[in-house]
Amino acid sequence: MKKEDLPQDPGALDKFTREVCYVKNEDGKYETALSRGWEVKKQALDSAWDDVNERIEDARKAVANGEKSPVHYFMELRLMDLPVLSGYTGFFPFFIKRHLKPSVFKGLSDRKLEKYARAFDVTLHELKNFKG
Amino acid sequence: MNIDSQTDEFRHVQTAHCENGVTTALLRYHGLDFMTEPLAFGLGSGLFYIQIPFLTVNNGPAISFRTMPGAIFKRTCKSLGVEVTRKKFSNVAAAEAFLDQKVREGVPVGCQVGVFHLTYFPKEYRFHFNAHNLIVFGQEDDHYQISDPVMEDVTTLSKADLSRVRFAQGPLAPKGHIYFPERVKPVTDDTIRKGIVKGIRRNVRDMLKIPGNFAGVDGIRHTAGHIRKWRDKLGLKKASLYLGQIVRMQEEIGTGGGGFRFLYGAFLEEASAYMQDDRLSVVSEDFTKAGDMWRASAIKMAGVYKGRLTEQKDFDEIADMLIDIRAVEKEAFQKLSRLNLGN
Repeated sequence: MKKEDLPQDPGALDKFTREVCYVKNEDGKYETALSRGWEVKKQALDSAWDDVNERIEDARKAVANGEKSPVHYFMELRLMDLPVLSGYTGFFPFFIKRHLKPSVFKGLSDRKLEKYARAFDVTLHELKNFKG
Repeated sequence: MNIDSQTDEFRHVQTAHCENGVTTALLRYHGLDFMTEPLAFGLGSGLFYIQIPFLTVNNGPAISFRTMPGAIFKRTCKSLGVEVTRKKFSNVAAAEAFLDQKVREGVPVGCQVGVFHLTYFPKEYRFHFNAHNLIVFGQEDDHYQISDPVMEDVTTLSKADLSRVRFAQGPLAPKGHIYFPERVKPVTDDTIRKGIVKGIRRNVRDMLKIPGNFAGVDGIRHTAGHIRKWRDKLGLKKASLYLGQIVRMQEEIGTGGGGFRFLYGAFLEEASAYMQDDRLSVVSEDFTKAGDMWRASAIKMAGVYKGRLTEQKDFDEIADMLIDIRAVEKEAFQKLSRLNLGN
């Protein structure tokens, strides 16, 4: 990439930092230059976040309709999947899948719920009483 | 402070990629002033491609454009004869105590961290990606002084925040991973030249001879084959999210990006000067070309996730672009493997 072609499209990083890029100068030699961002990257990031927000909204509805437990909602809210949540709670994915059912969730001890609350960064009260 | 070190104060170095940056800044701190990001990347044989089978990251395909986390630091130090210390912990308190001891001794250390809870990162970048690297180089009041190579300036983290990111969970969990050069002796130009040759040879091997069809240059073809099927198999929406993920893996900070093809081109240019061998700067052009082609493919992929390109023929065109990139990279590495670099 030539130095003059380095994009300077303001993105999510604006005001935080600029990125170092390796570009060719007029002499055809490599040097570093700073970029504010690139529209192509920004849109990739935006579409990833659109997807995340959609998943969170779907999860909220599923909890409101009594189809899923609050664990499902907070898992999506914190961008977690089963392996990540399993890491933070110490529960095996198989058990987490069970805890996504409202009927199973209702019977969970406070001790187990506390592990989920800590992983999600919410209080036990918030986790138990999330209604969607 | 390390008695052997010839420098005094830690200087922040901003780089395109975090692990190169940590390697460069720590080695420079220990007196190896010649160290640059491209050199660290090349000595560490950093260029790679892999689509990891059966693994998804953030609900998309797991693709990496560089070698595995930790390898660049390890290989670069080894080739320069630098002894390193690395530690992982199962216990948070022990990890904190070890870090505090190093900070008290005034030794800057590299830490592997997860970005999800990294408070100084913009929220938009915080996914569960656990192979980010930063340097802790001091303490001020109750905050650690942090040099994060992707940031323009140094920053800080509280004790609780730092422990949290050092013990992030999920794939590639850092487990408090901490690493630093232990003993650094002066390095001769001859050692650097030997390291360059070794780094190039290893990179040739990784890209051309790795078994299986999902890694090295063949891995690019493997992904191209997937892309052709994604629209029918996954539906347009999911397929376009997958393409977005490829672009982010390729380009974005926080997920590992760094324009690695340009970086390798810059390395070969530097290597050409060390080796006094113009053939290396000729091959450097091939990697510049590959980098430009990756960017062109990203622009095409953006057309899909922006919803402007929706046909199967668009997916086929993207796949064809990747096939072309594979050809360029394969030829470039074949040229490198044919060079008789001596040693």
